[in-house]
Amino acid sequence: MLTKRIIPCLDVDRGRVVKGVRFFNHVDAGDPVEQALFYDQSGADELVFYDITASHEDRRMMADVVRRVADSVFMPITVGGGIRTIDDATQLIQAGAEKVSINSAAVQNPGLINQIARKFGRCATVLGLDANRVKRSDGLESWEVFVNGGRVGTGRDVLAWAREAQERGAGEIVLNVMNSDGTLEGYDIQMTRAVSEAVRIPVVASGGAGGPEDMLAVLTVGKADAALAASIFHFRKWSIRQVKEFLAEHGVNIRPVVDPPSTSRSSGGGK
Amino acid sequence: MLAIVDYSMGNLRSVQKAFERLGFPACIVRSPDEVRRADRLILPGVGAFGDAIGALEKTGLDRAVKEFIATGRPFLGICLGLQLLMEKGCEDGEHAGLGVIRGDCVRFTVDSPPWNLKVPNMGWNAIKFRSDIPLWRGIPPESYMYFVHSYHVRPTDESWIAATADYGGEFVAAIGKDNVMATQFHPEKSQSTGQMILRNFAEL
Repeated sequence: MLTKRIIPCLDVDRGRVVKGVRFFNHVDAGDPVEQALFYDQSGADELVFYDITASHEDRRMMADVVRRVADSVFMPITVGGGIRTIDDATQLIQAGAEKVSINSAAVQNPGLINQIARKFGRCATVLGLDANRVKRSDGLESWEVFVNGGRVGTGRDVLAWAREAQERGAGEIVLNVMNSDGTLEGYDIQMTRAVSEAVRIPVVASGGAGGPEDMLAVLTVGKADAALAASIFHFRKWSIRQVKEFLAEHGVNIRPVVDPPSTSRSSGGGK
Repeated sequence: MLAIVDYSMGNLRSVQKAFERLGFPACIVRSPDEVRRADRLILPGVGAFGDAIGALEKTGLDRAVKEFIATGRPFLGICLGLQLLMEKGCEDGEHAGLGVIRGDCVRFTVDSPPWNLKVPNMGWNAIKFRSDIPLWRGIPPESYMYFVHSYHVRPTDESWIAATADYGGEFVAAIGKDNVMATQFHPEKSQSTGQMILRNFAEL
């Protein structure tokens, strides 16, 4: 049976891994290759690298980061952040990314999803969906798609956009609920479940992981196919092994962490 | 020399680097002549079946690959490189494949039970061995491999099936007979177990 995936997410700013809380404040956390080696040996099922570099020129460094990482670890890598054109996507895939995740650019130009899916297949095409619960003037709540790193609301409905992206060729959705992101207070179980039930492609839950219980909830009640987390792994609050053992004890089908062969390299760590 | 066929379908770098890391230099080849000169051939690939066959035919690589296989030298297909061996693919209409193996390549059905099946099948799944091929040397049973695909192959002759996995039912995870071996999963992305499989191929 297919296992549920546990995915550490690494934010990259001008070629360095940084750690942030609620999208905005970041501190340097080391070299991407060292971090990737560490997670490779820790039993991560996949790695997500998210480029948060502000300036367009500095974003060229990302392809080099991906190339260096993909030459060192032999596991699936997804890259997101700042991908605006089919050429951006091509560069990153040729550098060694399995999948590219498009976000703001897909909202502004939904045809980009079709283009990437046509060229590299659905399996390589991921929609990054930043969502917020928004209180409307009539007092009701809506689930709205946000862009530009969570700064700008679009007025678009989360479920409608998820369905449209699937129709256009997205093979996976990473749902990042921003009200929860970096808070360690838990994923948005309700919204994750609604998105997962609205589409027939895998959904990765993101934003708010505080510990194994949150992951258990989102992978079962929330019906997510994978759980992504940043802070709890980066700050070594929990190890992937601990999370996976907890999930297995509670009946979730996961890929167990196996100890690396003794000939392996020392773990990078990068604390 | 290990040769990896480049027919413009996705990224070959991971496969090449994985072999290099294991101490087996691998070159990227693009012409029928280079294919003929290879000792071992690897056909990777991601993307659509029809585009892939089109790209192979345009350059004459389709015939070169079939001729290579007929010589009995070791051949490894990965993902789309497995699917292309079939007679027929059903992605965006029907397309003739290389026809090395009788049978077809079809999409996971989402219109029948289990209703909650997500496609693509994306992630780690345990494989069950069906036959003893050299790729499995030293690989523990029920090892986890990384899959990412929407289509799977159905060989008419079941003796081709070397391993299966379960995704809403049993599907073919690898095929193998004599010099022809191919995996639906990505050994180059399956961490240390995947690397053992590549090593087994390179040492044949």
